[in-house]
Amino acid sequence: MLAFLIQRVLQAVFVMVVVALIAFSLFHYVGDPVLNMVGQEATEADRAALRARLGLDQPLPIQFFQFIANAAQFEFGISYRSARPVTDLIVERLPATLELAIISAIFAVVMGIVLGIYTALNRGNWLSNFIMTASLIGVSLPTFLIGVLLIYVFAVELGWLPAFGRGEVIDLGWWNTGLLTRSGLASLILPAITLGLFQLTLIMRLVRAEMLEVLRADYIKFARARGLSKRVVNLRHALKNTLIPVITIIGLQLGTIIAFAIITETVFQWPGVGALFITAVRFVDIPVMAAYLMMIALVFVVINLIVDLLYYAVDPRLRVQGGAK
Amino acid sequence: MSESHHAVTPPPRPGKLRSFLDSDIVYSWKRQPVVILATLVTLVMFLGALFAPWIAPQNPFDPRQLDLIDAFTPPLTTSDFTGNFYLLGSDSQGRDVFSAILYGSRISLLVGFAAVLFALVLGTALGLMAGFRGGWRDALIMRIADVQLTFPSILMALLIFGVIRGFLPRSMHAEVAIIVLIVAIGLSDWVQYARAVRGATLVEKGKEYVQAARVIGLPARNILFQHILPNVMRPVLVIGTIGLALAIIAEATLSFLGVGMPATQPSLGTLIRVGQDYMFSGEWWILLFPGLALLMLALSVNLLGDWLRDVLNPKLR
Repeated sequence: MLAFLIQRVLQAVFVMVVVALIAFSLFHYVGDPVLNMVGQEATEADRAALRARLGLDQPLPIQFFQFIANAAQFEFGISYRSARPVTDLIVERLPATLELAIISAIFAVVMGIVLGIYTALNRGNWLSNFIMTASLIGVSLPTFLIGVLLIYVFAVELGWLPAFGRGEVIDLGWWNTGLLTRSGLASLILPAITLGLFQLTLIMRLVRAEMLEVLRADYIKFARARGLSKRVVNLRHALKNTLIPVITIIGLQLGTIIAFAIITETVFQWPGVGALFITAVRFVDIPVMAAYLMMIALVFVVINLIVDLLYYAVDPRLRVQGGAK
Repeated sequence: MSESHHAVTPPPRPGKLRSFLDSDIVYSWKRQPVVILATLVTLVMFLGALFAPWIAPQNPFDPRQLDLIDAFTPPLTTSDFTGNFYLLGSDSQGRDVFSAILYGSRISLLVGFAAVLFALVLGTALGLMAGFRGGWRDALIMRIADVQLTFPSILMALLIFGVIRGFLPRSMHAEVAIIVLIVAIGLSDWVQYARAVRGATLVEKGKEYVQAARVIGLPARNILFQHILPNVMRPVLVIGTIGLALAIIAEATLSFLGVGMPATQPSLGTLIRVGQDYMFSGEWWILLFPGLALLMLALSVNLLGDWLRDVLNPKLR
């Protein structure tokens, strides 16, 4: 147990150190930060003073250590482009991204399970054939194209939903939400569908496959023989046993949703963290890039660590082999 | 899909073409209309991209060939001013959308093929080394692969693209965009090849022909490249076909996000990004046709890849 735990935690720490090293070298090799910060009239002495104040005259390992210490306190410096602290930029945009990601995840899970059950129970009828074919096309379509096509149909042609932005936002002090206004909710529909569609098809196909497998099991036959109603057999007995792999996939896909939010946010001009990152890449805004890099790496490392530990808790075989896969 | 069993005994020694036409691959191909359609669409789009300069009515990147007066001509319209015919309409600069798509799919396919090749060579080399040599090299390579697999490859490509761009001087960004793009997408996708090759190498390494080659004293390099490599290439080619569709989509996505090909050298993704601006003012063709082209390309290459995987590797199903 302990060996496995230590191995996984060490791997997570290793990933974070590598990412931090990349982020740090970005800072260090791309232009001179001092030149970016002082004005044109600054003398050589001013520059040296600033350099000393920022710790840039220290040896590299100490600077790297300082960088990690700052990052641990969410200090990433000032954005080159907007001249504001990177942390502020990220914090004020985080609610938009999280709301979008959570709503799309809920959409994907609920619709995925419902459609998966339907297509498993009604195998071969025209509607489930249609759903399966549509899901195949949906998987091979790039996310941004789905978004653009949705905007074209529902915003431009039909005019039912807004094409971009977050609508009216209510500020709760520590959080700004679009979930409490009509326009906010309407603005959320198309981005949430775009972002959740891929996960929806994935979950649907998984639920369908698992259901088909479980429905053949003996205890289902027995439950039917006991004369239990169809509903109880299908939902109480069968569905319950399909959910374990589904939950794992959902956990692993959470990171993917956050990653793909970059694309969806750009398509819908959604004021989230992903759109901030794309702008930073386009304009080589190093502090924002470095902060996002560290943040996304942390999210992924934590999710993977949790999933690994859950596997370990659920699957006793891992314990016997001492964590060797 | 299915195995073919010929009841008739084959002729003593069929020609190469004959035996190819009788193979399982062709048999399975002929039985699936969807795959035949996908092959045709892929072929048409490949040829269209290859011969773009001869097919396209104009070179969309030569300003002298553009007539600004023809801007925003709808599809299937002959211009009243210049008499040019625009099959799929024209954009804000009088650029023929059909020509732009032909030239754009050229760049999309070029980046896709190059990125797959890059990932394939890198992954195969690392996989061979990990599988054949073992030891710390194996541990290191596979640990890196594990770590990289935890990130979605499109995010990986985006991050690599951003990092490489950060290290390059600003003035070089536009001209090296295509190379940076190829490297970023290639680096984001080598893991699958490395894993498949490593696994296959471990299996082949223990087989008798490799032991025989060792016994007669062949150098390790010869054994690796002449004996093992040809036998591990099959899964690599299957992954490569599916990888091509993914690479095309990845390129289009990055270009759409504005961090891929610049507007002076547009790929299909760039064309869609540009077209999005005109969606609200009614010029739908500037967006829709490049979008459809990308859709058809990605879908048909994807279908071909899936089919090839099923035929060549029944175990994976």
